[in-house]
Amino acid sequence: MPTLTLNKKVLEKLMGKKLPLDQLKDRISMLGTDLDKIEGDEIIVEVFPNRPDMLSEQGFARALSSFIGVKTGLRQFKVHKVEKNYKVVVDKSVKKIRPYTSCAIVKNIHFTDEKIREVVQIQEKLHVSLGRNREKLAIGIYPMEDIKLPIRYLAKKPSEIKFQPLESNKEMTGLQILSQHPTGRDYAHLLEGKALFPIFIDANNEILSMPPIINSEKTGKVTERTKEVFIESSGFDLKAVNQCLNIIVTSLIEMGGEAYQMEVQYEKKQLTPDLKPEEWDLDINYVNKMLGMNLSKKEIKSLLEKMGYGYEKDKVLVPAYRTDILHQIDLAEDIAIAYGYDKFIPEIPNVSTIGEEDGLEIFKRRVANVLVGLGLVETLSYHLLNKEIHNNKMNLKAKVVELENASSKEHDILRSWITPSLMQVLSNNTNREYPQGIFEIGNTFKANTAKETKVEENWRVGVALAGPNIGFTKIKQVFDSLMNALDVNFESKEAKHDSFILGRVARISVNKKNVAYIGEIHPQVITNFGVEMPIATFELNLSDLYTEVKK
Amino acid sequence: MDDNNLIKKLHLFERKTLPNITDNITISKLAEKASLKEIEATRAIQWLSNKNLVNIAEEIKDIITLDENGLKYVKDGLPERRFLKAINGKTKVSELKNKGKLEDDEINICIGSLKKKAAINIDKDKEIIISLTDHGKKLMKKEFLEETFLKKDFPLELKYLSPEEKFSFDNLIKRKRILKKETKKIKKITLTAEGKKLSKKVDSKANYAERLTPGMLKDGSWKKKTFREYDVNINVPKINRGKRHFVSQAIEYAKDIWLELGFKEMTGPMLQTSFWNFDALFTAQDHPVRDMQDTYFAKNPGTGKLPNKELVSRVKKTHEDGWTTNSKGWKYDWKEEDAKKNVLRTHTTVLSAQTLAKLTKEGIPAKFFSVGKCFRNETIDWSHLFEFNQTDGIVVDENANFRHLLGYLKAFFKKMGYEKARFRPAYFPYTEFSVEIDVLHPVHNEWFELGGAGIFRPEVVKPLLGIDIPVLAWGPGFDRIILEFFKINDIRDLYKNDLKQLREIKDWMR
Repeated sequence: MPTLTLNKKVLEKLMGKKLPLDQLKDRISMLGTDLDKIEGDEIIVEVFPNRPDMLSEQGFARALSSFIGVKTGLRQFKVHKVEKNYKVVVDKSVKKIRPYTSCAIVKNIHFTDEKIREVVQIQEKLHVSLGRNREKLAIGIYPMEDIKLPIRYLAKKPSEIKFQPLESNKEMTGLQILSQHPTGRDYAHLLEGKALFPIFIDANNEILSMPPIINSEKTGKVTERTKEVFIESSGFDLKAVNQCLNIIVTSLIEMGGEAYQMEVQYEKKQLTPDLKPEEWDLDINYVNKMLGMNLSKKEIKSLLEKMGYGYEKDKVLVPAYRTDILHQIDLAEDIAIAYGYDKFIPEIPNVSTIGEEDGLEIFKRRVANVLVGLGLVETLSYHLLNKEIHNNKMNLKAKVVELENASSKEHDILRSWITPSLMQVLSNNTNREYPQGIFEIGNTFKANTAKETKVEENWRVGVALAGPNIGFTKIKQVFDSLMNALDVNFESKEAKHDSFILGRVARISVNKKNVAYIGEIHPQVITNFGVEMPIATFELNLSDLYTEVKK
Repeated sequence: MDDNNLIKKLHLFERKTLPNITDNITISKLAEKASLKEIEATRAIQWLSNKNLVNIAEEIKDIITLDENGLKYVKDGLPERRFLKAINGKTKVSELKNKGKLEDDEINICIGSLKKKAAINIDKDKEIIISLTDHGKKLMKKEFLEETFLKKDFPLELKYLSPEEKFSFDNLIKRKRILKKETKKIKKITLTAEGKKLSKKVDSKANYAERLTPGMLKDGSWKKKTFREYDVNINVPKINRGKRHFVSQAIEYAKDIWLELGFKEMTGPMLQTSFWNFDALFTAQDHPVRDMQDTYFAKNPGTGKLPNKELVSRVKKTHEDGWTTNSKGWKYDWKEEDAKKNVLRTHTTVLSAQTLAKLTKEGIPAKFFSVGKCFRNETIDWSHLFEFNQTDGIVVDENANFRHLLGYLKAFFKKMGYEKARFRPAYFPYTEFSVEIDVLHPVHNEWFELGGAGIFRPEVVKPLLGIDIPVLAWGPGFDRIILEFFKINDIRDLYKNDLKQLREIKDWMR
């Protein structure tokens, strides 16, 4: 989640009110942002991904001042009409490369060092959140004194693109930027392999930028001389591109800027930004039903206003910077937040339903209880293991389900049986008192194309005994007790299994279905795990056994 | 306890040893005098010491014994003596070796030590030639200090050696396997004042019965016996009992709460298609949670199958433009390939989605719960694990509302031992309202975060269930509660499976 660092004094000034510290903390949390910490004048908050409009000091203060009742209701943002050459022509060449852009001009901003830093911060936060690390969209800001309108947005071969990127002292081609410029390298994956790269170019034929990578040093660098800026947001999703522009333009207006529309010319022309609020219908009964409340229209109006909405003629006016309203339930939630989650009275409804535990779960617990009664200790291991333990040390070559992207090589497969986990436990406990008797009930995984994921999952129980006098008889006694408790008849046959001593391992079946192996672990396997005690184990497929028992 | 009472409780071994204790007696001597095995005397002394009847002083002794070569040299003589004896005028080393029956390393030692004593001359002529000095001739007639030392009656105690003996010891201990030095702790027993008093009264021959035997019961001889009284306040050795893992105990407890509240259990696979884990829960395909770094994807088989076409098409349309849910949708092209990718479930909420898809109108109202393992692609450290437990619940009811959600959560956490719960606004792609649950730590009096809850979005419910009715849903994590109850600070300790920890840890009792 993106975090935002705020200065308490600036926030108070923007909000128009000072709050005692504990109230400030409480209000920030109850507005729906995760307060990380307040230290001195520094406030660090995590803004939920549905509210990119709160990722600037202006946006955050705007929401909070409404919420605490200082400045409620819909804010008006004036956008001046298009002037003479305020125009961006979108060439067809971008259609398959990066189809959309929305643009604006903002005048009358006094850029100080501090303000430039602030704007860059907003831009970066939006790149990460709404822009999905520039994959979905990116924003560029350019000083009007260095560029000449109108602008063209087009795509060219990377070798034909040549300009001096920011933080560089020489001209580079599109490909050189991707391989040599630090920012270019960071985002190279977003353009690599494309035949054409998108660029913004001005009336002097100067390249302004190569989105979503970098601006030009000559025409794309805002300084303290700058009073007017050209802003573009470009990407693959027109709605998101528009919303992103709206968020940054409204923040700049709140810094004192004056916004001007631009004409973005595709086949048809479009005027951006459009800061008119969107009108939404709201069903008051629906809201009250979902909340379990009985709020009047008047109350709902005032609650909506605390969240920065307008409410006129039964319509909710949603500000242009809100990107998260998909359904009227989103408005209902904001009404609940404005009312205060802490003020709702919890209630348990009088609805009769009958509780029911899953059958296999009950069966698993019965098995556990029998084994506990036999003095065994339950262990719990990870479902993720590695091939070394699962196969090599067990003297096996079993097929396993592998993970694509495990962050640790220790845990990069899904186990197909429990015994390796038990062996690992015994291996970690050689300094503990013997005899040791342990069991584990856990999930296991193996390929089966008939299943939805092409993987079959089985719950199995594994039991391991270790100690000087442990052998086949001891483990068979445990197995017999368990089967007796579960009232299951089984057949036992000689078997071959490379993890066990030859001639000391049996295959167990119930109704002709193989369900278990039981035997003495091979001394080589015991040695592989660094244990110096005889070990005997059984492993029983509980999912299969349960199916047989239920028949 | 008065003396007589104490005497009655003395074990046979104690009664046998007590009168035989003289000041600073060793256990082996005592065992001999009392006609007990050494192990029996040792145990008796330990018990007597617990009763403050004896003092045990521990003395550390360095004991010297002859080692393998030492024993040999006592018989055959020291190598340097054999070396000297073999010298006849100017003698070649090879000759000395044969005559003196000496090993190569012994030869080297002999030359070194005799040269040091100025007993021999060494000349070189193709081979080393040895001859005796005048001093050497004198030495021939005298016994070396080391020889005198080896003749002594071993074992010897280091601290009682005379200066000459110490000198010999220092020389010999450096050489190969002549002497052995062992440090031994020797216990010396002395009666306390109380012990002295008691030892006079103890009748070592008194015949108290120790155990009640089947034989005594059979023949009735128990009637004539007096049973030794036991110290019933004694600490006895621990025994290991069978038990469930403490995490299982906590999970069973939580399950019982949901069952009491009338919920039905949901279970299902841990490996799921992205369709169920994400798409059915209205999580856009470009949502960061679907990134590689957060979620485990399977390699083989990397993809699974999608459910019935009707359901897939509803979900697709809902993502793209809201379908008939009155939502605007996420506005992008939904891809089947992304939905087919197999992932280890990132939340048990996937089971809630599958349950909704199976539920029929006749089954409503309904309440379901699950408790299960979920996975997060993370490197392990003290506060992070890649497997974690979550408890999910859904309430499917035409009349359910936000206050009911808070009501169920509050009831659950109260039964889990948290009297106070608070709810904060939160964000999840599949719920609206979204709630973050905090509970008040019963001891530290601080709020701690347990996870999320909410009401499923219409974009989740309608495609799965076919109708749009409120579905309350929650999926708080469970591990922090377990850590808090068992006072575990390092999350790795949940599954380290240390038998000592498992055998000794308390049971879940809330």
